[in-house]
Amino acid sequence: MSGIPESIRIGNGAGFWGDNLDAPIRLAEKGALDFLTLEYLAELTLSILAHQKRADPEAGYVGDFPATVARLVSVLKSQPGLRIVTNAGGLNPAACARETARSLAAGGLGDAVVAWVSGDDLLPRLAELSAAGEEFRHFDTGAALPGFGAASGEDRRGAVVSANAYLGAAPICEALDRGARIVITGRVADASLAVGPAMHAFRWKWDDWDRLAGAGTAGHLIECGAQVTGGLLSRWRTVPDFAHIGYPVAILAADGACVITKPPGTGGVVNRETVTGQLLYEIGDPARYHTPDVTLDFTVASVAETGKDEVRIAGIRGAKPPATLKVSCAYENGFSAKGDLVVSGSDAAGKARACGEMILDRVGQAGFNLGRRNVEVLGAGATLPGVETPANLKEVVLRVSVWDKDRKAVERFCREISPVITSGPPGVSGYAGSRPKPRPVLAYWPTVVSRDHVRPIVYLRPAGELAA
Amino acid sequence: MIRLGDIAHARSGDKGNHANIGVIAYSVAGYAYLDRVLGADRVGDYFHALEPSRVDRFPLPKLHAFNFLLWNVLGGGASESLRTDSQGKALATALLEMELPDPENLEEMLPGEAEA
Repeated sequence: MSGIPESIRIGNGAGFWGDNLDAPIRLAEKGALDFLTLEYLAELTLSILAHQKRADPEAGYVGDFPATVARLVSVLKSQPGLRIVTNAGGLNPAACARETARSLAAGGLGDAVVAWVSGDDLLPRLAELSAAGEEFRHFDTGAALPGFGAASGEDRRGAVVSANAYLGAAPICEALDRGARIVITGRVADASLAVGPAMHAFRWKWDDWDRLAGAGTAGHLIECGAQVTGGLLSRWRTVPDFAHIGYPVAILAADGACVITKPPGTGGVVNRETVTGQLLYEIGDPARYHTPDVTLDFTVASVAETGKDEVRIAGIRGAKPPATLKVSCAYENGFSAKGDLVVSGSDAAGKARACGEMILDRVGQAGFNLGRRNVEVLGAGATLPGVETPANLKEVVLRVSVWDKDRKAVERFCREISPVITSGPPGVSGYAGSRPKPRPVLAYWPTVVSRDHVRPIVYLRPAGELAA
Repeated sequence: MIRLGDIAHARSGDKGNHANIGVIAYSVAGYAYLDRVLGADRVGDYFHALEPSRVDRFPLPKLHAFNFLLWNVLGGGASESLRTDSQGKALATALLEMELPDPENLEEMLPGEAEA
């Protein structure tokens, strides 16, 4: 292996499962990258994958990823130094690795080494960990996990459908050290997708907190894709060419400072506003942003524009992370449904509310006492609490949403929406097609587990062998 | 009166059942003004309809910014909330509509021309 580079280029081409399918291809082609990261797992994505894995043991990963790799074959051939790190493995990194290997082998890259990481999935180990003293209490409330725990005794897995610890950068670094071209993980902290490549390239010590914090900040800034290149910017009219928005590249230096930029010729913008906005995105205490690798202090950051679409972030400090790892659990918790109607005419907002109450009243008359209900009038500020509602609206959308433990109650609600069109006020329309259906609700349960109880394992195989 | 959005930009999102709103002043003068007038109580009152159980304000003076953490305002969080904005994505937009008393030095607080 050659010496330590002065800097590495990490581009993130996916900020969530469902992000633009062409972004990873364009970014890899034009980003001059050392590492392409693809981040797919929101807080509840794994519970959706859990349902898929129940139906098919070979499922449970983000299927977009192997398909994307098939499209990246020519780029991987023309850029032999490019490596990919992703959390697309979801609940089944091994199956994701096999399918990815098939994409590589079919494209003539059978020699490329595919790595996958396991150890984050705690669901099969809940009873064992409970016996070892883990309580899985709610992060905020301290309550015991429903459907699980020493007191419940029976059917511990009945309600819990997924439980995954957030792994850190170590297994990613190990996989890259051992020659992986593609690293596929399940749940890891989003920022660790960038810290892993940094540790591999720069050989920092694992307690070099300030430099780890620099890499973690780079990862945090690019993890949501185009949100740092113009997406979500308050002054969105100042963002050029949203339609061709470029995805972000972090140029991370060996001292831990980074420059955020995007490929030339793309839309969007990288400036102090986009970077500072994203630095604060979905954080709590900015002086203590926890990742499994390092706790970051954003309050000491310096953020400076150093060129067109170039912003340098330096001075981030780091500290030793907590002794526990965050765990995301999901459990089945009843059913929900929502129905929409368009309401027009004088005092449309008042009319819509009356229609909503009518629907809920009739569900009650049918003998169902819905556990939770919410009537919203879209157009009258439903998503803008605190903002004054405009008077005399002539057209709004009524949205009624309900939840109950009992599917039958929610089903009855679904049947009570269309009757309002003939048995309520005039000017109600927009009800076309089929009735809404009750959807199973997967409730989110954030908790922690001791690091000592989580053991990441790295597997590596050449694509040609794995695909066979 | 001015709008908060005249002198600051913002972005919001969810952390479980909590929401955070990062508010970044366009200028040092704007940050100093917001430090005086945009306390946690004012933000909590503005969002009283969401019944926050607690509002924290974290200052980031080097970045001319504040992070507001609104506890238990998302009706159960992403999967359980019955709200259209179940993840608090629109809360930043809502907060930027907040009216504030006219500052004496408004000119110093406005954003510069954006680079295109």
